[in-house]
Amino acid sequence: MKLLIVAGPPSAGKTAVVRQILRSVAGLWKIAYLKIDVVRAFEDEELRAEFSIPTKKIYSGDLCPDHMGIMILADTLVWAEQEKADILIIESAGLCLRCTPYTTQSLGIVVLSSVSGTNAPLKMAPMIALADIAVVTKTDLVSQAEKEVFREKIRTVSPTIDIVETNAIQGTGMRYLMQAVVSTPEITDAKMIRLRGIPPLGVCTVCAGKQEIGWQNHCGVVRKLDSTEAIFRGD
Amino acid sequence: METEPIQCITILAGRDRNGVAEPFGRIDINPGDTISIVGPTGSGKTAFINDIEVFACGDTITGRTILVNNRMPPESFVRDPSKKPIAMITQNTKCLSDLTVREFLAMHVRARGITKADICTKTLALANEFTGEKMHLDMRMTGLSGGQTRSLMVADAVLISNAPVILLDEVENAGIFKDRVISCLKSHGKAVIFVTHDPLVSLLSDRRIVMRNGSVERVLTPDGNEREALTVISRMDALMGRLREKIRAGELLTGPVGSA
Repeated sequence: MKLLIVAGPPSAGKTAVVRQILRSVAGLWKIAYLKIDVVRAFEDEELRAEFSIPTKKIYSGDLCPDHMGIMILADTLVWAEQEKADILIIESAGLCLRCTPYTTQSLGIVVLSSVSGTNAPLKMAPMIALADIAVVTKTDLVSQAEKEVFREKIRTVSPTIDIVETNAIQGTGMRYLMQAVVSTPEITDAKMIRLRGIPPLGVCTVCAGKQEIGWQNHCGVVRKLDSTEAIFRGD
Repeated sequence: METEPIQCITILAGRDRNGVAEPFGRIDINPGDTISIVGPTGSGKTAFINDIEVFACGDTITGRTILVNNRMPPESFVRDPSKKPIAMITQNTKCLSDLTVREFLAMHVRARGITKADICTKTLALANEFTGEKMHLDMRMTGLSGGQTRSLMVADAVLISNAPVILLDEVENAGIFKDRVISCLKSHGKAVIFVTHDPLVSLLSDRRIVMRNGSVERVLTPDGNEREALTVISRMDALMGRLREKIRAGELLTGPVGSA
């Protein structure tokens, strides 16, 4: 089984890219799909209805969705194996632009929208730096100059990243993403899968839903106005 | 291959929506050619120019293949927008950044590594030939009208991108001087392909590709036989242009319209 991890900010077109992958491999490979989101997600139901594939979703609620994704990934691999999937696609919630939910033994895909502004790749640097391939969507909407500069900014963050430009609704340019999917090696040892980086998950009482303000009311990693760095405060 | 100038872009036939092969072997596009793509909505006009834009190799819904100088184009043509020899400008194409015209052009000039000092002013001057509403370098891109944006994008494609092939998707609604755009692109040796519903644009083109049901139905070469119609339509278009300017200027059209 191959593992694809799709990250990217909200509305970048992650699901449109997943749809194009599903269309390209229809009848050739069986795909299992997991969507991680915070409060609501519909992608699993839509894709199940459209492609008749096994899908799941999980809501992270008060937890960081990438934290949630990391917790459940091992179980999800077992589920996808039981479904006899050839490829497992995990789609992140895409809320935290610094998060890098990619693992070893997977293809890390970051989906970026060219309408998000030419500096956007710099703001999302960690999400791009650890990905294998950047899929730039909605390129039909922006000027040639912005397209070129957007690409340069991605290259600034990650000089060697593979870049695919596409209008994911029409599926233009997807052939290169499909080549990358096809050449992604299978998982060899699921127990050895590791995160590629350490996402700044900020696991603390704010993440867990405590609404009071001020460090005095929180545990975990906290910060005082006059301190120069974060400190850990136990319960 | 990457530095070889583009002599010819070839479209090899694909299939219509029912899987029937298209009734042409190949369509060759050479520098200076003007081609219009016509046909009802949903007949496959935009899919046709999309195939050219992505250098289809039998991997799009139409099954067409695009060759450059009779060969498969190098991957960089398809994947790197700064190496791509094709500029596509649609009604959706916009500058989204909140920049002035000067900053926008300078950004593109920088990205291309062009060092000619006057290229921005030249590009602006060319753009101003295409539109009745003059732009200047300190205007904001986000404040430009549709016609101004389209004019600037065409001038940018000609002078800064220096793309040998320009695809224009329904630009006639944007309020630009179509005849000037066409003669400028011809004089720069650009091949230009219009998706259009506009009689003047269609008649100004050397060839007309008629689309139906996702397939090329016919390729018409009027070869001067439409000259009479072109004369009439040019006159009508000029008249419409004058009327438009009068209405924009707040005038009442009370006199005889034909002599406006």
